Amino acid sequence: MARPLMLLALAVALVGCAPVDNTSSSASPIASASTACTKDQLKLVNAGKLTIGTDKPAYEPWFKDDDPSNGQGFESAVAFAVAGELGFDRTEVQWSTIKFDSAFAPGVKQFDFDVNQVSITPDRAKAVDFSKGYYTVKQAIVAIDGSKFAGAKSLAELQNAKIGVQVGTTSLEAVKNVIKPADDPNVYNEQIDAVNALKNKQVDALVVDLPTAFYVTAAQVEKSKIVGQFSSTGGTPEEFGLVMEKGSALKPCVDKAVEALKSKGELAKIEQQWLGSAAGAPELR
Amino acid sequence: MSEFDEPGKSAAGEPGQTAVGEFGGPRNGGVGEWVKSERQVERERVRRSHARRSASIATVSTIVFIVLVVSIVTNSPGWPRVQDKFFNLDEFVKALPDVLRGFLLNIKIFLIAEPLILVVGLLVALARGIKKPAFFPIRALATLYTDVFRGVPTILVIYLIGFGLPALQLQGIPTDLVTLGVIALTLSYGAYVAEVFRSGIESIHPSQVAAARSLGLGHIKTMRFVVLPQATRRVVPPLLNDFVSLQKDTALVATIGPLEALRQAQIHVASTFNYTAYLVAALLFILLTIPLARFTDHLAARTRRRRGA
Repeated sequence: MARPLMLLALAVALVGCAPVDNTSSSASPIASASTACTKDQLKLVNAGKLTIGTDKPAYEPWFKDDDPSNGQGFESAVAFAVAGELGFDRTEVQWSTIKFDSAFAPGVKQFDFDVNQVSITPDRAKAVDFSKGYYTVKQAIVAIDGSKFAGAKSLAELQNAKIGVQVGTTSLEAVKNVIKPADDPNVYNEQIDAVNALKNKQVDALVVDLPTAFYVTAAQVEKSKIVGQFSSTGGTPEEFGLVMEKGSALKPCVDKAVEALKSKGELAKIEQQWLGSAAGAPELR
Repeated sequence: MSEFDEPGKSAAGEPGQTAVGEFGGPRNGGVGEWVKSERQVERERVRRSHARRSASIATVSTIVFIVLVVSIVTNSPGWPRVQDKFFNLDEFVKALPDVLRGFLLNIKIFLIAEPLILVVGLLVALARGIKKPAFFPIRALATLYTDVFRGVPTILVIYLIGFGLPALQLQGIPTDLVTLGVIALTLSYGAYVAEVFRSGIESIHPSQVAAARSLGLGHIKTMRFVVLPQATRRVVPPLLNDFVSLQKDTALVATIGPLEALRQAQIHVASTFNYTAYLVAALLFILLTIPLARFTDHLAARTRRRRGA
């Protein structure tokens, strides 16, 4: 009679991994707005350290040399500025590699907040908490100079272009909702794949956010140019936000930090330093 | 029937009625009625009760198991969120049309690649079987091909073909992504299938070849009429196994750009931060592969029966 025994063993094994509620998140954030955001009162993933997540590879102009911890590049600088507002000095910040897909997985997070050019959308806000926006982003179209679509003067002219985008970006939604090309766009895992497809002439044009477009034309693809920029959403401007666990107790504090950086003009300064001005790219409608 | 196949006793006991079927009932000829012996009746009763007992034990244990798993999962503290993020009906309905559209591309890739792979695999296996010294380069090439393409992860082959070939900017190189994907899958899987065919060919007993040669058949005819028919029959289950695997690997073609099921699902996941779309893709793949898997089982069982096991 081995079978009942085995079943019993299985049952015991299953009960052995019975649920233990070790998630720190509760449905309602405990921190009220009045809570002081001092370092020792923050609920952190790793005690005494602020853990910030981002994807790898981390691309310019958001990060420099694929190293988020050097404070170079727009998002690295913003992240350190937010950390500074929260009272962490640079040695108390640690970075962890978080793939885009796992940044919004339910369950225990490996970061206090994630910074990865994530656009704030109402749908996404159902799954994670976003900080206040730290950058207003526009979409841009990049094509090889002298190619068929390089001289497009309106979005309508791009209808028949084969467009390349990176998966998971709002650029893809912008292509679908605003440009509405006749052909399905090609969708790539990484930005560099999309760039290579443009080089190989497998796509006529890329759609990326404007700062990336400047970087692509300046450093990644020779003889490429920005055809123009456009707004992916009709009314509200699209913004990047820091990603936190749904119901994160940190949210009010991170929001406060971002607000403070905005009102002090610190964010604008960082933007100026790393992203330059977005002049020179014609607006397409 | 297995252990109880002694013939039952015939009541009429006339000559020509010794070979008796398992079950009673009027026999052709209608002379005399065959009656089961008491022992046989008892035997069948015992067998039936055994079958009933094992079926009920299986049922009960299955129910207990499922109830246990379901209760543990649904009572876990994170279940409501998991349910919302992985098993969300609204999202499922929203993602289904797009993922389904992508899935048609998976099926298309699979159907085109399949016959190509069979051809490549068979040719490479035959090339490796040529023993003539003059053909050594061909044999060496075939060996090199199987070694290389079995050794390189499929996703890398797809990547290198998908981005490498167009980068050459040669005339006549296909630029269509689906075509490139099919080429890559064919190269990768052709190597696996070649090995399957080769093991099938080598499993045919040398006496078969010797017999064929003694009848005056040449190498080619021996292969065509004696060895290959037997070899292919033997390798059908492992071949089908490779094809189940190929069906899933069509998803890897997404890395070079085309919008297939998995990519469509990924796009939905990224825009909603909800994983249900992945579940849609998973279900579609399962629906495609299960029939093939059952068919493989059926063929294997049939082979066993034919061999009289």
